[in-house]
Amino acid sequence: MTLSVTLRHSFSGFDLDVSFQAPAGVTVLFGGSGSGKTTIINAVAGLLRPQSGRVSIDDWELFDIEQGRWLPPHRRRLGYVFQEGRLFPHLTVSQNLAYGRWFAPRNAKRENSSRIVEMLGIGHILKRYPATLSGGEKQRVAIGRALLADPKLILADEPLAALDETRKAEILPYFERLRDEVSVPILYVSHAASEVARLATTVVAIQDGRVSGHGPAAEILGDPMITPLGARAAGAMLEATVVAHHPDGLSELDAGGAVLLLPRVQQSLGKNIRVRIAAQDVILSRDPPEGLSALNVLPGTISMIRSGDGPGAIVSVDTQAGRLLARITQRSVRALGLSNGVRCHAIIKTVAVAPEGVG
Amino acid sequence: MDWLSPQEWSAVALSLRVSFWATLCSLPLAVFVAHLLARREFLGKQLLNGIVHLPLILPPVVTGYLLLLTFGTRGPIGGLLERVGIVFAFRWEGAALAAGIMAFPLMVRAIRLSIEAVDPKLEQASATLGASRFWVFATVTLPLILPGVIAGAILAFAKAMGEFGATITFVANIPGQTQTLPTAIYAFLQVPGAESSAIRLVVISVVVAMSALLVSEVIAKRLALRIAGR
Repeated sequence: MTLSVTLRHSFSGFDLDVSFQAPAGVTVLFGGSGSGKTTIINAVAGLLRPQSGRVSIDDWELFDIEQGRWLPPHRRRLGYVFQEGRLFPHLTVSQNLAYGRWFAPRNAKRENSSRIVEMLGIGHILKRYPATLSGGEKQRVAIGRALLADPKLILADEPLAALDETRKAEILPYFERLRDEVSVPILYVSHAASEVARLATTVVAIQDGRVSGHGPAAEILGDPMITPLGARAAGAMLEATVVAHHPDGLSELDAGGAVLLLPRVQQSLGKNIRVRIAAQDVILSRDPPEGLSALNVLPGTISMIRSGDGPGAIVSVDTQAGRLLARITQRSVRALGLSNGVRCHAIIKTVAVAPEGVG
Repeated sequence: MDWLSPQEWSAVALSLRVSFWATLCSLPLAVFVAHLLARREFLGKQLLNGIVHLPLILPPVVTGYLLLLTFGTRGPIGGLLERVGIVFAFRWEGAALAAGIMAFPLMVRAIRLSIEAVDPKLEQASATLGASRFWVFATVTLPLILPGVIAGAILAFAKAMGEFGATITFVANIPGQTQTLPTAIYAFLQVPGAESSAIRLVVISVVVAMSALLVSEVIAKRLALRIAGR
């Protein structure tokens, strides 16, 4: 199933004009605050009526301005996970979970509720009221409630933004499982680069109400021209397999044949994981470095250089492991004679890889 | 019931009956109007708001007279209703109508405040899960405003118990038929030597009003705890 969205909407000096497709898997609307992401997701949900455009899932039209078609939210078969959970305070956890099912069509495919309760690890809190739950528990119940409504489309508006790092690490794997196990498209709004790197199948980068980039996650995150959060937050995403856990606290990963050493990862051997490498943690060298403490040195070829307005530049390097971004100064670009097609070595400090960017 | 004369007793009983029906019949309408005022935007919203509040700001005797003009047997609505056998003027049903209308703004205000306190985001969440407007209201809004609805109803009941001006104007003060607690107190005070009757009814008024207040507090608190999820 594929969600197609074309929207135009103007309000209080802000113009939204976007068009994109979200195939099965997680499509992340990635952008800073005020870029228009939440407006888009609310228009898809029917909570906001855009001035013009079209929204459809395959050939089922939710909204089409030309045909005057507008489905109210309750007929769109959604599972919406909100930032603040929005559990019903007067209902127990199990009543909250069952809520969407009351309204699902009789012939709907019934998700097995005990399977979902088990997957989310909420079996022990079914009789409790939302007020007594922790933030992480609330969000897991909210995910379960959305899934059990038997949705044709799952929406998530920064579902982790209100949680601390520990809770985020607790919830992210559930979304990864959703991505891998559920066949309906998931539209996920985020401004956190690490979440995007971990979850996204497809990335739609949103800047100032426009789509500035749209494509597979590795491609968009590795494009130096698309930095919806600014150059500081740029970073590429590598896919790798866990090969070994070394006794000195490091894990060895295989990324397209290249060896990557990271601080010990949680995943077991043989697992495929994603690793986000921030552009500012990558150093470039023309010659193979010697006598250097950094453990990861990946030879590659420069594919693009983007000079910023300030002293910095973002350089994309195609390596065996995948495309990396490096944020260096324009002075270094000149001093090293870097340009498209030049071979160089990307150096990644092992300890710089943030644990929330691995999974 | 030796301690109350038949006339006193019938006034108490009638007042309770009038207030009960006035509250019960106006409650659904009050919830509906409060929901309109709190959650919808429409042409004439301010007009509706003004009409609802009119009985609160008009002199009660004016409201009673307007009721007599419209619901009296010669009034436009009263005349029509008489043909199908419904008569309000100078009947206890008329007292209930007057009390209901006088208490209506209080009820709407209490319920409207509690609807406005419900987070619209919860109602949105309910809609995204497949609930139509009616079901959003029935399964989310209504349970959450229940303390406010009960507070509003009890406030209205107490107001109906004490309603005087509109009642005496619309249905007069006929012992055993339209004489409610306040109109009976007024009548007793006009008669030399009947002060003890008046005082007994005053005590009953105070007791009924106070217990209504206490009961509403207790219920509202319990419900609020339930909603907060303990």
